[in-house]
Amino acid sequence: MASPTEVILKRTALNAVHRAAGAKLVEFGGWEMPLEYSGIAEEHLAVRRAAGLFDVSHMGEIEVSGPASERLLQYLTANDVARLQIGQAQYTALMYPQGSAVDDCVVHRLERDRFLVCVNAANTANDFAWITQHDQEGAVVQDRSAEYSQLALQGPQAPSILARLTDADLRGLRTYWFLRARCCGVEGWIARTGYTGEDGFEFYFPPSESERVWDAMLEAGRPEGLVPAGLGARNTLRLEAAYPLYGHELDEETTLLEAGLGWICKFDKGDFMGREALLAEREKGLRKKLVGFEMVERGIARDGYTVWMEGQPVGKVTSGSPAPFLKKNIGLAYVPPRLAAVGAEMQIEIRGKLVAARQCALPFYKRPKPSVTGKG
Amino acid sequence: MSYPSEFLYTKDHEWVRLEGETATIGITDYAQKELGDIVFVELPKVGDHLKAAEPLGAIESVKAVSDVFAPISGTVEAINAQLQDKPEIVNSDPHGEGWLIRVRVADPKETERLMTADAYEAYLHQTQAH
Repeated sequence: MASPTEVILKRTALNAVHRAAGAKLVEFGGWEMPLEYSGIAEEHLAVRRAAGLFDVSHMGEIEVSGPASERLLQYLTANDVARLQIGQAQYTALMYPQGSAVDDCVVHRLERDRFLVCVNAANTANDFAWITQHDQEGAVVQDRSAEYSQLALQGPQAPSILARLTDADLRGLRTYWFLRARCCGVEGWIARTGYTGEDGFEFYFPPSESERVWDAMLEAGRPEGLVPAGLGARNTLRLEAAYPLYGHELDEETTLLEAGLGWICKFDKGDFMGREALLAEREKGLRKKLVGFEMVERGIARDGYTVWMEGQPVGKVTSGSPAPFLKKNIGLAYVPPRLAAVGAEMQIEIRGKLVAARQCALPFYKRPKPSVTGKG
Repeated sequence: MSYPSEFLYTKDHEWVRLEGETATIGITDYAQKELGDIVFVELPKVGDHLKAAEPLGAIESVKAVSDVFAPISGTVEAINAQLQDKPEIVNSDPHGEGWLIRVRVADPKETERLMTADAYEAYLHQTQAH
């Protein structure tokens, strides 16, 4: 029996399909989403070795258009929007004045004066409000989230699977570029982007066509080993690739420099929100630094566990999990900058016990470069 | 999978098999399904004293960690050592090979608070109906 206070979760257009497929459904960012189908580890390995299909329709899409659109995004985000050509996308962050992220996001330049910003589900309303609130010069800001389903086809087999479902020239589509095309008979945006550390695509299209596209992709990819994959695998995959997750590595209190995202801070592009704070921090030194670690002793670090070094609690784990492909227990944590060094010994407090871990280089996993000879 | 009628069950999804003063303890099929791929099992040491309803250890899946609670009080007599290297046995055979520990029961009366298989299945039915 539903109690009156129960929160009604949002559902993607594929909710019934996931349910019928036997997915375990969980709450994520206000949405009821598939956590796993066959199992997180199995889905994770399928994405590393073959391909996985993710329903990521919970992600938000905010469109910013009009003559003032580039200026608005240039001011509100850290990366350099002016460098984007039409058909190009960019990983960036929507900024607070203190140098932290309102959200991390991907900006797509659809036209000269029209951008589609793909944002985190839980932050969509806040992002939209933030952009609107700072829109001084009359850019048009629209929350288009309800008009897009989004599927992520990820893994080494993704290009060959998708090639059979679209006439678009995928060979010519480089990483972080996108195009308008028909796929499975449905028109939408195909972007060579993802959140798994593998090659792959994200397809944005009208929700009414969701089942048709989902079924067609799964069917087409079956010979190559394509499986449906849930948010559980999405999380372990992104952690192996050391991609930050908002609410874990990123929040209102953490600057981009601390999070290791200095590479998206384009200080030479002119003023932008948070620029001064970031420059001041760069001058003064960071308060904390994101590091990667792997467990040395048996034990699994989890989000929120305390990190000990030199006999003192020095920081917190922001993400921790077994890494199904690497077959290690890994994690990300914030520590004081003077204690951040690859190889440094640390301990993670797990249920009252201190368990040995060691800092290691990031990312934990980097996909092999395709060889020129075509041999593995 | 059916729930063996000779076992007793808790609301936290542990099972108990009583043989004289010895109780074997594990987690139910429902519990292993909820957890998903089990990758780590943390058990008490032989000789540890357990108190009913307090954590006896933890089971970790890829996604999360869950406490396992002692269904009854007692002294640990044996632990299932093969789970250290093969925790996935808890997934594949939760009511058999995947047992966790054996304890010498401190107070047989405590078993009166546990559920029969029928009661546990009714409880699951009610839980899942939400």
